Amino acid sequence: MLLGPSLAVSAILFSIGVMGVLLRRNAIVILMCIELMLNAVNLTFVALSQQLGLDGQVFVFFVMTVAAAEAAVGLAIIIALYRHRDTVNLQRINLLRG
Amino acid sequence: MNPLAGTAADWVGLAILLPFAGFLANGALAFLKPKAKRTVSVIGVGSVVAAFVVAVAVFLAVRAAHPAAPYVQTFWSWIPVGDLSVNAGLQVDQLSVVMLLVVTGVSSLIHLFSVGYMHDDPGYARYFAYLNLFVAFMLVLVLGASFPVMFIGWEGVGLCSYLLIGFWFEEKEKADAGLKAFLVNRIGDVGFLIAMFLIFTHLGTLDFRETFARAPQGLAAGGGTVTAIALFLFMACVGKSAQIPLYVWLPDAMAGPTPVSALIHAATMVTAGVYLVARANILFAMAPVASAVVAGVGALTALFAATIGLKQWDIKKVLAYSTISQLGYMFVGVGVGAYASGMFHLVTHAFFKALLFLGAGSVIHVMHQAYHHTHRQADAQDMRNMGGLAAYMPWTARTMWVATLAIAGIPPLAGFFSKDGILGAAFARGQGQPFYLLVWLLGIVAAFLTAFYMGRLMLYTFHGPNRTGDLERPYLTEAPWVMTAPLIVLAALTIVGGALNLPHVETLRHWLEPLTAQSAAFVPDLALSGGVEIGLMVGAALIGIAGLWLAGRILKPEALLPPERAPQETGFAKLLLEKYRVDEFYRRFIIEPLVWFARVVLWKGVDAGLIDTAGVNGSAALARGLGWIGSRIESGQVGTYVVFFLIGAVAVLAALLK
Repeated sequence: MLLGPSLAVSAILFSIGVMGVLLRRNAIVILMCIELMLNAVNLTFVALSQQLGLDGQVFVFFVMTVAAAEAAVGLAIIIALYRHRDTVNLQRINLLRG
Repeated sequence: MNPLAGTAADWVGLAILLPFAGFLANGALAFLKPKAKRTVSVIGVGSVVAAFVVAVAVFLAVRAAHPAAPYVQTFWSWIPVGDLSVNAGLQVDQLSVVMLLVVTGVSSLIHLFSVGYMHDDPGYARYFAYLNLFVAFMLVLVLGASFPVMFIGWEGVGLCSYLLIGFWFEEKEKADAGLKAFLVNRIGDVGFLIAMFLIFTHLGTLDFRETFARAPQGLAAGGGTVTAIALFLFMACVGKSAQIPLYVWLPDAMAGPTPVSALIHAATMVTAGVYLVARANILFAMAPVASAVVAGVGALTALFAATIGLKQWDIKKVLAYSTISQLGYMFVGVGVGAYASGMFHLVTHAFFKALLFLGAGSVIHVMHQAYHHTHRQADAQDMRNMGGLAAYMPWTARTMWVATLAIAGIPPLAGFFSKDGILGAAFARGQGQPFYLLVWLLGIVAAFLTAFYMGRLMLYTFHGPNRTGDLERPYLTEAPWVMTAPLIVLAALTIVGGALNLPHVETLRHWLEPLTAQSAAFVPDLALSGGVEIGLMVGAALIGIAGLWLAGRILKPEALLPPERAPQETGFAKLLLEKYRVDEFYRRFIIEPLVWFARVVLWKGVDAGLIDTAGVNGSAALARGLGWIGSRIESGQVGTYVVFFLIGAVAVLAALLK
């Protein structure tokens, strides 16, 4: 039931996330885009669990937990970064250039 | 079962271990207590005398058993690789026991002499450590039961020779002389190695017994292989025993202490080549061409070195060239197939040449002391500074006269019989092959020159007026007993040594027969008719007497001037004084091109040019270039990394889905 449309939505959401990560400069927006990609995967899990059992739904909880932890750590890093460099524009943060 | 099993021959390894233990003890003392001269003397002399006692016991056992085959003791398997199996083993037979006796006996006397000669040297303990190590290695050389074991000794004595020539290494030319000896010997050692490779390739063994047993069947007599093996072995002998063209190191080796010259560069180590030919006699007997080369080189060397000896002023240099000349005789002996005669001359030469060198050492010691007292800088080895020493050093003069008469070939001293045996054998071989008559003729001329230069040496050193200096004269006395006693013992051996192998009795020849019997099939019998033999003997004795008489007749010791006022030599005499300029020739045409090649081609071209530029710096430049390309990708932009990450993820996904 509605498996095809669900997967299509999740694919669209994932692609939007990827494009956001690739194209945006602001670190906070990139973090948000990563969240978007994770939730696109969550949608896939839930959609497929109708046919493949409840494992997918259980796994969604794990992903949400990890995403929450990741958001906390990521935001902390961004705050630390901002304090040092007065910016969250990743184009201006290129210390590792060879 | 060999009849020697269970006899004293089982303990022959002790003869090597004792001097080696002496080396370790004296070497430790050289570092810890170099002043403990008494302890060093007891260990140094005692260990070698003990080895001599072992040697006598082994000799008595061999004489009692007289085994038909060598007695080999195998201690452990040394090199077991594939088909090659070399055991660490020692071989006792009639030949090795003769060398064992000569080496330990002469060494004992020379060690004793060294106690007096080296007494005031600060490197006393180091000296005895080296000398003991030399004896140990020489015995490994003599007793080794296979070519590789012998090679260990062969290289070991070369090492000790190097260490002892350069014993006073603070003086550059003495250190250089040691290096020269070592390097020249390396050329010969290459021959030894190649000979071993050939023997193993064609006979599949390096063991003496096996090699010599298989040789008559495994190799074609007179063929290329056996000739090559014999010639490469002879190349090693040419280096070690100072024959043309590699003899140049031996005169320079006189830079070492005189007892070392007596032991290593006259009596034992330099005769190792003769021993090697005698040991491998079957290989040389099967290769007539190689034997002819051995005899020819020996005869040429005997004459060539004798002529140089005519004009040398350094007493040790005369004896050095005399040694080269006498070694040439030994090679004539083993070259014409008279292996026992060659060994006989080796033994008698060990006696009288050690005696001559020790006598010269005693003279130098006294001369040096006299000049030391008056602080005069004069050459204690130049015969022009000597003269009339017989009045001050009667025992040295007497014993050296005995040796001189022996080397000149005056009957009934040892040198007469041994030299006559060699020349007689060469003459006998000359009946069928005229080449050997030429060898005999060269030997006769060299014998005359030998008598002449030895007469000259004795005349200038011990007779005529004394030229040492008026202030120094009161200090000229006889050397202490530790130095004269070995002289007297050696003089006694020189007198009776001829009894070893008297004509027609031929004790030594019969003694060595078990080892040379195989060769008899290839070398024709060397019998001469009685009349010819007696004629040759009388002729040889007359030639020796003529040489001495001529020296006494034309040389005028009273007209001799000290070195600083001596007139310039001209013509052929100058050429002789300059030793035919062979060293200069080698320097110009071998050493300098070699150094040029090493410097310009190998160093500047191959090493600095090719390896450093292309290899070392080139690979570094390549790595840096690749790194530069890689570093362009590292933009520091997170976006770039994500793009690469994405491309990678898609690629992995594509690979998985395929």
